[in-house]
Amino acid sequence: MTSITRAEVEHLARLARLELSDDEIDHYAGQLDVILQSVARVSEVAGADIPPTSHPIPMVNVFREDISRPGLAREDIAAGAPAWEDDRFRVPRILDEE
Amino acid sequence: MSTDHDTIPFDEAIAVFDPVLGLETHVELGTASKMWCGCPTEFGADANTQVCPVCLGLPGSMPVVNAAAVESTIRMGLALNCSIAEWCRFARKNYFYPDMPKDYQISQYDEPLCFDGYLDVTVETDDGPREFRVEIERVHMEEDTGKLTHTGGATGRIHGADYSLVDYNRAGIPLIEIVTKPVAGAGALAPQVARAYVTELRDLMRALGVSDVRMEEGSLRCDVNVSLARPGEPWGTRSETKNVNSLRSVERAVHSEIERQAHVLLNGGRVVQETRHFHEDTGRSTSGRSKEQAEDYRYFPEPDLVPVAPSREWVEELRGTLPENPSVKRARLRAEWGISDHDFQTIVNAGALDLVEESIAAGVDQAAARKWWTGELTRVANDREIELDALGVTPAHIARIEALLADGSLSDKLARQVFEGIIAGEGDVDAVVSGRGLVVVSDDSALLEAIDVALAEQPDVVEKIQGGKVQAAGAIVGAVMKATRGQADAAKVRTLLLERLGVSE
Repeated sequence: MTSITRAEVEHLARLARLELSDDEIDHYAGQLDVILQSVARVSEVAGADIPPTSHPIPMVNVFREDISRPGLAREDIAAGAPAWEDDRFRVPRILDEE
Repeated sequence: MSTDHDTIPFDEAIAVFDPVLGLETHVELGTASKMWCGCPTEFGADANTQVCPVCLGLPGSMPVVNAAAVESTIRMGLALNCSIAEWCRFARKNYFYPDMPKDYQISQYDEPLCFDGYLDVTVETDDGPREFRVEIERVHMEEDTGKLTHTGGATGRIHGADYSLVDYNRAGIPLIEIVTKPVAGAGALAPQVARAYVTELRDLMRALGVSDVRMEEGSLRCDVNVSLARPGEPWGTRSETKNVNSLRSVERAVHSEIERQAHVLLNGGRVVQETRHFHEDTGRSTSGRSKEQAEDYRYFPEPDLVPVAPSREWVEELRGTLPENPSVKRARLRAEWGISDHDFQTIVNAGALDLVEESIAAGVDQAAARKWWTGELTRVANDREIELDALGVTPAHIARIEALLADGSLSDKLARQVFEGIIAGEGDVDAVVSGRGLVVVSDDSALLEAIDVALAEQPDVVEKIQGGKVQAAGAIVGAVMKATRGQADAAKVRTLLLERLGVSE
């Protein structure tokens, strides 16, 4: 029924920042196909009057009051950061020069 | 890139093409805590001092919706004449960019909290005011992102930077996005309509008290979509200009984008669907990333948050809290004050309407309230390139100064020095007056002493005055004012010195 293409797997891998070899693309295309087919089977059973479920628990309006409290100590955050400079997270170059 | 922003004159562009606008406005809500966690939202705090596991996206942390943010969004939606969803979900917008530590932003996708509204705006034209209805597509809730500083490279810009530094204080601050439907038919007035819309939106949010809406601090940001088409033809491809950070720039960005696209189209090119970045200094934009490859955010319903289903009772209760609509209020005040359209527009353009109204309510004479806010204070605000109400001067200050002027303990000139002191942070009116020793010298003997000194120093002037050239007295008055550091009443000095010399006017 559904059949995911190699191009789609490549696209998804790029969006997820995954580098896949040709063999891996074939491998995951097969696995993803099984998942899609399983989901398709559920869709067959569900009637048109049943909306897709996003939240299994029938609950709405879970709010908290707008009250502020202090956050974490900065030295604790710095200790967990992969790289830290000038009180900020240091991240690699974002865009290559055009 | 040198041909990236060739243009043809605006009038020529408008003679051939009809512009279609779309405006996306982001507003930071003025809540005490963030959207999904209790971190404070204070502007200008030290980097990474208002963050916690939730807004840092640490594993295992869970967001909980801020009730005040939902309330503010609904009130904003109601003020924009929107329908309020009976049930809606948050959505996860996936992207890799270090401004969000989670690698996604929680937003709303196809189920915005508010939808299908409108905002009427007025544009001044040569033929008088003209009203436009800007239709609102949606108002939805999301979270703001962190702030990046690009380091290394020559320009401090993202291109060529060696690396970037991230401050997550702003990440997770409640943000609402207000999206218009396409605005067509404004023709040559399109740039002004865009500006009037954002101005009206700002005033509305200020009146609602949901945000401090300061463009210079980034709590109100605008993206401007523009496309052109020849009359009767389908709409053209649009560009999206970001980084438009002042009301004036909204107008300039639309204006320059119309000129740019017209140049492209008239030279046989095609407009590329892309994001452009506006530059305040040049009033022009440069091309950013093209949209084709950028837009695959794989939105899906946010699993960590349950749906929002505002009861109709709650919505109606909030409707009852809406303040007077700014356009209704303007009409009311214009009628109440009975001043000319020109004078009224001066107040509106200065952003001084509420300030003048509150000053009058505080007991200040209407003309005096207008004079201070649209004169001296507007001038100072313009010099400093800040909003009038960010000066630190309040209607209560004006009332106090007017009282001191009325009983003669201040002169206009001294009042200006008091404002200077307040703006410099020296305290309220009385603190500045005593701190700077600002007192009108009205004691005749002190004045006469200063006058005698000045007369003795300028015998040639005395000769002229006594010879009938009364206007020469100005030199003596000036010397006395200088000697009393501006604290004397100049008219009184003049009268006294003429008396002293036995000369009448």
